Amino acid sequence: MSDDVWILGIYMTKFGKYPDRDTVDLAAEAVLAALKDGGVSMKDMGVLAAGCLMGGGGIAQQIQKQIGQTGIPAYNVSNACATGATALKTAIMTVKSGEADFGLAVGVEKLAGAGLLGGAGKSAKAGSTWTPQGRYGEVMDTEGRVGTSGMPGTFAQIGMEYLHTYGSTSFDVFARISEKNHSHSTLNPLAAYTKAMSLDEIKNDIMIAYPNTRPMCSANCDGAAAAVVVSDAKLKTLSLEQQRRAIKVSASVLTTDPYEEACQVLPNVNTLTRNAAKIAYERAGIGPEDLDLVELHDCFATAELVHYDNLMLCEEGGAVEFFESGATWRTGTTPVNVSGGLESKGHPIAATGIANIWEICHHLRGEAGPRQIEGAKVGLAHVIGLGSACGIHVLERSGL
Amino acid sequence: MSNLIPFVDYLVLGDHPHLVANECTACGARFFDRRNACAGCSGTEFHKVDVATEGEITSFTVVTFAAPGVPVPFVSAIVDCAGTSVRSNIIHVEPTPDDVSLGMKVALATYSLGLDENGVEAIGFGFQPA
Repeated sequence: MSDDVWILGIYMTKFGKYPDRDTVDLAAEAVLAALKDGGVSMKDMGVLAAGCLMGGGGIAQQIQKQIGQTGIPAYNVSNACATGATALKTAIMTVKSGEADFGLAVGVEKLAGAGLLGGAGKSAKAGSTWTPQGRYGEVMDTEGRVGTSGMPGTFAQIGMEYLHTYGSTSFDVFARISEKNHSHSTLNPLAAYTKAMSLDEIKNDIMIAYPNTRPMCSANCDGAAAAVVVSDAKLKTLSLEQQRRAIKVSASVLTTDPYEEACQVLPNVNTLTRNAAKIAYERAGIGPEDLDLVELHDCFATAELVHYDNLMLCEEGGAVEFFESGATWRTGTTPVNVSGGLESKGHPIAATGIANIWEICHHLRGEAGPRQIEGAKVGLAHVIGLGSACGIHVLERSGL
Repeated sequence: MSNLIPFVDYLVLGDHPHLVANECTACGARFFDRRNACAGCSGTEFHKVDVATEGEITSFTVVTFAAPGVPVPFVSAIVDCAGTSVRSNIIHVEPTPDDVSLGMKVALATYSLGLDENGVEAIGFGFQPA
């Protein structure tokens, strides 16, 4: 017996458009299916953690009212794009602490047709009288007048900063990363978009914030994902089949961005990811070279590049060469985002941090069908919530 | 001068327009917003420092698609002003990736954002090729 925590059941809905279903419908589908996948029921659960970033709050109790009001503690979690990972970590911590044998985490979002997120700010109406307001004493909305804090422009600058730091002029690399992820999604029936896109199609699509064109941005869509976790001791009392399919959580890490020069001018998504990765590898007792697959937070193609480096999948400064070697294609040495990633599978925000775990589990269980990474034993799932929060989970198959 | 107002309160107008930062007295970290304490060391004493008006572009993007009311296209950049990073528009250039480059030398410039009903003129800042 150990204090390990295992994923017993997990599920993601198909990502896409659900005009006739609300967030509770989608979350309920994910939870009921995750429970079934784990061979347990709501009555077994000792804790619920739920997130719906754009919802009004109270999603956990709304879900309970539809599928089981058992009186357990429920946490409504909100942590930007790391909401799902934070919900999962909340359930894991509760089980690890001994307060519960089983925990349940769910993330859900309805974003189809939502358009640009973040950076919209206040209206930029020229006021009748200029009046300084806010922490910068601005007399009108700063977006577009003091640079950008919108998501596409922010992550575009994060990618461009990487090229500048390491003296690369390979501006095409971002579009080629997107080409990879759109290609990968053709094998994922649950992805919002499953159409391969050529490099020319990607580069000639609508420019959002240079160098990111529309297909290089995460796809807004609807979806939910849920996971059931269990203590090591309890798992050993369950059936051999449940034990065989259980996936070990070898590390569950959450970090925020430590202060550095410039971090309040352009969010630094690098250091907190690197910090989380270091902790995760140490706790799991594995190194980046041991990973059979990685799902990382490609909210924009520019973000995927920097995270190769931040997760130490390559030498420091070597992300462009690493990608160009073919390493991160599904046929490469470190397949990244074989699900299609946020650019093609889609990014229903609060669901993302559990859906990426589902993808890894699917491969570790050998259940990924045509897109199976053969013989996968260990994988890593990463998310970033801007502001910032980083969640990393390292997962291993049971070996039974 | 009384009928001019800076677009943000860390822009100082006058003969030599420049930006000012709140510098933490204990650790030297610089911030442009109103502070409760220092994010680097939690110190609570700050003093005003002038930020260099010339710098180098360390990152940029050309935003061509934005929320309603945001004037596009525009160039957003991070400018390293002698060790202090500043977020700014790059102005007086064509807003295309061909007219801006990583490492480009730039200098602070100001421009008018219009008058309010009392005739007060708001003055914004940007960086332009040096």
